[in-house]
Amino acid sequence: MSVLGLFNYWIFVFLMMVGFYILISRGNLVKKIIGLNIFQTSVFILYISMGKVTGGTAPILVEGDAVYSNPLPHVLILTAIVVGVATTALGLSLVVRIKEAYGTIEEDEIQAEDLRS
Amino acid sequence: MSAHLPVLQVLVPLLAAPLCAILRNGRAAWAVAMVASWTSLWIAIQLLTLVLANGTISYELGGWAAPWGIEYRIDTVNAFVLLIVSMIAAVVTPYALKSIEREVEASRVALFYAAFMLCLTGLLGITITGDVFNVFVFLEISSLSAYALIAIGQNRKALTAAYQYLIMGSVGATFIVIGIGMMYVMTGSLNMADLSVLLPQVSSSRTIPVAFAFLTVGISLKLALFPLHLWLPNAYTYAPSTVTVFIASTATKVAVYMLLRFFFTIFGPAFSFDVMQLDRVLLPLALVAIFSMSLVAIFQTNIKRMMAYSSVAQIGYMILGISMASVTGLTAGILHMFNHAMMKGALFMALGCVMYRVGSVHIDSMRGLGKRMPWTMAAFVMGGLSLIGVPLTVGFVSKWYLIQGALEKGWWPVAALVLLTSLMAVVYIWRVVEAAYFQEFPGDDDGELREAPLAMLVPTWALVLINLYFGIDASLTAGVAGAAARSLLGVGP
Repeated sequence: MSVLGLFNYWIFVFLMMVGFYILISRGNLVKKIIGLNIFQTSVFILYISMGKVTGGTAPILVEGDAVYSNPLPHVLILTAIVVGVATTALGLSLVVRIKEAYGTIEEDEIQAEDLRS
Repeated sequence: MSAHLPVLQVLVPLLAAPLCAILRNGRAAWAVAMVASWTSLWIAIQLLTLVLANGTISYELGGWAAPWGIEYRIDTVNAFVLLIVSMIAAVVTPYALKSIEREVEASRVALFYAAFMLCLTGLLGITITGDVFNVFVFLEISSLSAYALIAIGQNRKALTAAYQYLIMGSVGATFIVIGIGMMYVMTGSLNMADLSVLLPQVSSSRTIPVAFAFLTVGISLKLALFPLHLWLPNAYTYAPSTVTVFIASTATKVAVYMLLRFFFTIFGPAFSFDVMQLDRVLLPLALVAIFSMSLVAIFQTNIKRMMAYSSVAQIGYMILGISMASVTGLTAGILHMFNHAMMKGALFMALGCVMYRVGSVHIDSMRGLGKRMPWTMAAFVMGGLSLIGVPLTVGFVSKWYLIQGALEKGWWPVAALVLLTSLMAVVYIWRVVEAAYFQEFPGDDDGELREAPLAMLVPTWALVLINLYFGIDASLTAGVAGAAARSLLGVGP
């Protein structure tokens, strides 16, 4: 397969690295969650891409011979999307409570605050 | 009825969780959790007896045959882990009643039990399932509820600890999904038994080693293998006492089980250790974890944090056993999963009792407690002796196997390091003993500080007695662990 044929997988790698970089480099707790989201989204693209069968149609029963894409990875990733939503919701609610307790959502300020108390 | 035991193992706590949340009443929710956790223990004992008598049990969920449907597959290895998890849950729930009333706001108690039941569901699910994607789903159920449980802690640092755990845990879980996806791309299967047949045919491709690497890093994050353990000390320190007891004795053990399942059953020991040379990564990391974390533990002033660092070191012992990839080494690793759950459970429970009466587990606030709370401190000392590995306790049994495994391989320095780090455990346990028994109680002597309530002492001592019982007669635990190790390595029954 050519480089272009693997377009989806390049996007996967790119998004994964972007998400991971944000996660590691940013000190803002909300930005970290955004990074985590991008990181998880990249995996969705990986799964959706691998279900594609060349020349395949949507996996709906039609008359005559038809090549179907594999629906299983799509179903799997629906589960992972739900998990991602739950993780984001829980993460953001933690950030809200951190903001209430510390008055900031910057990691370095929280650490300074912890050292003082 | 008995044909459906495998699914009931997961369903009972899963149904108990919404029930706890609906009830809204702390005591009622506790009663539900109590029934669910003891039922789980009963089912786990039944399953282990069935597996030991008749061999592997396979259960098709919804009647869909494997490898298309989800299969629950129980052999000696996961029957043993199911027993560990449900036993700890059954002992922790009675303990939780008093401890949680003290440490959690009344309005949140019912929700606490709901999250606790969900966490139990997830851990049992990871252990029982024979489907790799199902592992991920249950992993997230247990992790998400664990983050919530840790965030309930009184100190505001619990929030940042839970947040940190959430970020690192999610990264770990996502790595695991990537690994599972790559295995699916190459084989078209998600069933563990099916994968173990299909993978060797495609293992020469580049995708499978990459999948292996992703899974290794993902699972190592979950089991807090050094240097991916950074989430663990804060999470254990600031979580409510009950949560610390439960998570410390089960969550990392289940992650170790995942490691065993993926590397021995699915990839096979030949691929994991001969082709990928996993032992060259695991062995040094395990040794560094054991040594450095024992050293760090010595200098902690918060005893819960000290025990958390000691946990990372103890996980090192398990990984050390596994990295030997021999029957004795693996037996030591699996045995230590059980033994460590029991000893750390007892230690954290004793600390929970101190937290209940004194309100702090700082080393200074434990001065003179030997006279004030004799039963609690005696339980701590017994747990500590087990942690050190004194004969007649379970800690001795697992270290015995571990050293034997090392000597079989001719690894003298490793055996010496295990002995040295046991001495380091003496040092950090002694610091508490010295404070509790040889220093004067700081406050005025009006006798206000009493022994912890019986509802907390009885579960604590139940675990202590298990430590002693299986330390004296290890034939059951060592027998099952040995059978599990042989089945993982595929050498005879």
